[in-house]
Amino acid sequence: MLTCKDVSKLLSQSFDRSLTLMEKIGLRFHFLICKPCPKVSQQLTFLHNAGKRLATEPEDILSSQSGLSPEAQGRILKKLQRKQDKLSSSD
Amino acid sequence: MTTEPMSTLDTLPNPEHWLTEHGDYLFRFAMLQLRDEHLAEDAVQETLLAALESRHHYSGKASEKTWLVGILKHKIVDLIRKKVREPTQENLEEKMDDAQHDMVDALFDARGHWITPPQDWGNPEKMLEQKRFWEIFTECLKTLPPQLALLYSLREISGMATDEICKDMNISPTNSWVMLHRARIGLKECFEINWLGRE
Repeated sequence: MLTCKDVSKLLSQSFDRSLTLMEKIGLRFHFLICKPCPKVSQQLTFLHNAGKRLATEPEDILSSQSGLSPEAQGRILKKLQRKQDKLSSSD
Repeated sequence: MTTEPMSTLDTLPNPEHWLTEHGDYLFRFAMLQLRDEHLAEDAVQETLLAALESRHHYSGKASEKTWLVGILKHKIVDLIRKKVREPTQENLEEKMDDAQHDMVDALFDARGHWITPPQDWGNPEKMLEQKRFWEIFTECLKTLPPQLALLYSLREISGMATDEICKDMNISPTNSWVMLHRARIGLKECFEINWLGRE
């Protein structure tokens, strides 16, 4: 019999590998007799999808975090300009 | 040169525009994973330099931002690979065993049941539209030990394959599963406490 702890491990691994048939059956069976675990399953799936969304979301959802400092912007800009000069002279 | 965004093949793109328009976003995205301002700055710089070099390959199909984030993901992985190869880097697996060893154990009783049953999260789709959700998400990510957060973000945010990550970070698949489990459960707990105000 799987415990809730075992189930949480399997749920996590289901995002990283294919579960075996026995593992899948074990999960199904556990969900029938356990109230919390189906909820945990939904929550983990939700957070899994939310993570993916961070990389694809067109909106700037991280805007509460601090961005590049003006100094860093300046340093990067300088490198970019140098590179651009090099590229346009070789074009 | 104009300040308009450029995406056609015969016009030179304006990297200055990339920097002012997307620099902060790229930096925040890199910080989320690298947690180091200097490394994150390097990642942004390398991304824009690479973008400039491969500007002819940009089809204009994806948005400029999506295109840049795609390059950034690779640059972040490159930086992490370099960091992992540094001789000063301690054995990751050993560190992991110390880090939050009991984090998951503490959530279950002796019979393996949840001590605090999971809460109702309401309408999750609505949550994603709220700024507060993402604030909590990023703050919770910061509460994880650095290696866990790194592994988690490579896997879940950058979407790298597990075997690729294992090779880069020099850990076994089994270990990566243990670590990812800790990270996911840790995030879920942190999230419940901060989003729902659970005691």
